[in-house]
Amino acid sequence: MTQASTDVGTFASALDAVAGLPAPELIRNLRARGRESFSTLGLPSRRQEEWRFTGLKGIEGENFEPPEAVAPRIDVTQWRVSDAHLLVFVDGIFAPDVSEIGDLPDGVVVSNLVLGATSGSEAVAQYLGSLAPLEEHPFAALNSALIADGAFIHVPAGMELDRPIQLVFVSGSEERATLSAPRVLIVAEAGSRATVIEQHFGDGASLSCPVSEIVIGEGAALDHVIAQEENLSAHHLAVRQIKLAADSSYSAQAISLGGALARTDIGVVLEGERAEASLDGLYLGDGNQQANTHLTVRHASPNCNSHQLYKGILAGRAKAVFNGRIIVDQDAQKTDAKQSNRNLLLSDNAVVNSNPQLEIFADDVRCTHGSTVGQLDEEAVFYLRSRGIGHDESIQLLTLAFAGEILERVTVVELRERLKKVVAARLAAIADSEGNE
Amino acid sequence: MSLLELKNLHVSVDGTEILKGIDLTVNAGEVHAIMGPNGSGKSTLASVLAGREEYEVTAGEIHYADQDLLEMDAETRAREGLFLAFQYPVEIPGVSNTYFLRAALNAIRTHRGEEEIDAMDFLALVREKVKLVKLDESLLKRPVNEGFSGGEKKRNEIFHLAVLEPKLAILDETDSGLDIDALKIVADGVNSLRDPERSFVLITHYQRLLNYIVPDIVHVLIDGRIVKSGGRELALQLEDQGYEWLEVEPAQAAGA
Repeated sequence: MTQASTDVGTFASALDAVAGLPAPELIRNLRARGRESFSTLGLPSRRQEEWRFTGLKGIEGENFEPPEAVAPRIDVTQWRVSDAHLLVFVDGIFAPDVSEIGDLPDGVVVSNLVLGATSGSEAVAQYLGSLAPLEEHPFAALNSALIADGAFIHVPAGMELDRPIQLVFVSGSEERATLSAPRVLIVAEAGSRATVIEQHFGDGASLSCPVSEIVIGEGAALDHVIAQEENLSAHHLAVRQIKLAADSSYSAQAISLGGALARTDIGVVLEGERAEASLDGLYLGDGNQQANTHLTVRHASPNCNSHQLYKGILAGRAKAVFNGRIIVDQDAQKTDAKQSNRNLLLSDNAVVNSNPQLEIFADDVRCTHGSTVGQLDEEAVFYLRSRGIGHDESIQLLTLAFAGEILERVTVVELRERLKKVVAARLAAIADSEGNE
Repeated sequence: MSLLELKNLHVSVDGTEILKGIDLTVNAGEVHAIMGPNGSGKSTLASVLAGREEYEVTAGEIHYADQDLLEMDAETRAREGLFLAFQYPVEIPGVSNTYFLRAALNAIRTHRGEEEIDAMDFLALVREKVKLVKLDESLLKRPVNEGFSGGEKKRNEIFHLAVLEPKLAILDETDSGLDIDALKIVADGVNSLRDPERSFVLITHYQRLLNYIVPDIVHVLIDGRIVKSGGRELALQLEDQGYEWLEVEPAQAAGA
């Protein structure tokens, strides 16, 4: 316990500052729960299995400053997806001046959590803090302890949203290392359809610990694109928890590019029969970047499908972890689960720990999993070069093609094209630095 | 005038000598066939010319268009007009055939100090050339060679050749695995590309290809040496008699 209280000490001033911020009772209660849990859990240590490969040195001892309502230091219009309902948050605090929610169909709520809570939304009361494992996960606890505001999306039964909802979270600054707790609550009621884009940008050595809670009702479908483009010295520790009712579907593409340390813990529970979850991801690491994905998919009902394809590109001394776990409950017969993790190493010093696991308690299931770690196919590189394409360009072209399999799955075309450019630029920069080594 | 000249070329792979002193001169516009039994070093010769790095040249010289070919990396050779049609064309998932070909053509054009080809001109060029090898246009948009049949892969190589317009094209066993119809299509494509400014080196085990692409000179490669050179009739003689009559007298042949 001494250890735990010391850890809180690092964050004590931020926690106290946030605790003093006025907020609706729901949010104040969540803060109290988060704080209590975090003071028990403390920062994780490498002795804990789930944290064995995650280096938190950059966080320990850093004096993070609490979030405060400030104008975004970065021009957010550059990321604007035209037609999207846009919500912008700076250090987790809603920035209405630069948000453009636009017209919404009747009954659809796209707003900030504080407004959702004060307006007496039952969805907020019922689900906020109900999914995220804040009693077990230190950063889910820290986020809850620090919650200032967040995004709240409520799509009523049968509603179909044509335009995507875009959530932009900007954190940190060059001058000060800020601590921010972006929060997302999505409640998609029965038979509804929506697409949500979640983007994270930042500056400086900030620490951002976003938590998303997503509830998908019967027969509803949610597309979710997550693009993490934090600054290369930022720390990003995200928790995303999804619950699916019968006949619903959740499809996510998570693109992780930034952060000195970027870790996402994803939990999916297929609660209702015939629910489907497809989770795809791309992580890119260079220099000393750490990119960690911890994914648990639990099949709790029969006839559900879950597919995951996570691909990693690692250069320099980057380290990646992929921990994928599929749990099939005893009742979850006719489960179809596929998990694949494929990694491309562009340097001799990059490291990948890939650990797919299956825990199956039902007997009539189809589950496959696998992981690969390898280099580019030399024969392919030679083929390109023998047609006149330069060595570095050949490597970039093949690497981009490797990433393309995931990027092509991003359904929002404008965002997909932008991400392709961003990834291509990163790969070009990596090729330059690898060439100079 | 000679486009390609090999002098006493010795090549080893992992310390084993594969080519044991090759002399060969290919003039502009000529079509040479290099025939030989399996393991004679034919594909090694093609690989060395294209710039594969795992082959070690232990002695000898290669001159190409008045330059030292061995000083150039693979991409520079390609940009200088050397083309290798692969025996086993490589599948490149995620890179479309046209995207790849345009990148290759632009790399060559940039090297020559020419402007990059614009999208419309490139499309017109591709449409014209794809007909030469009767390749289905749908294969242009697909990833390079991915899911192509064996014959489609070989035709795709000749299609690349047609678009990139090299000075020297080396065809490494392009005939292997082709049925007679596909062989004729490939041969017609190659024949239409014959030009006083373009030379070909056809590497093949069988003389069948040479019924359709008639060479100027035929060389027989056995155990890393060219043991006999002659006209087209040499290929026909090999078809009748096999390689054995040449294998028994390599020392005399090499010394002749």
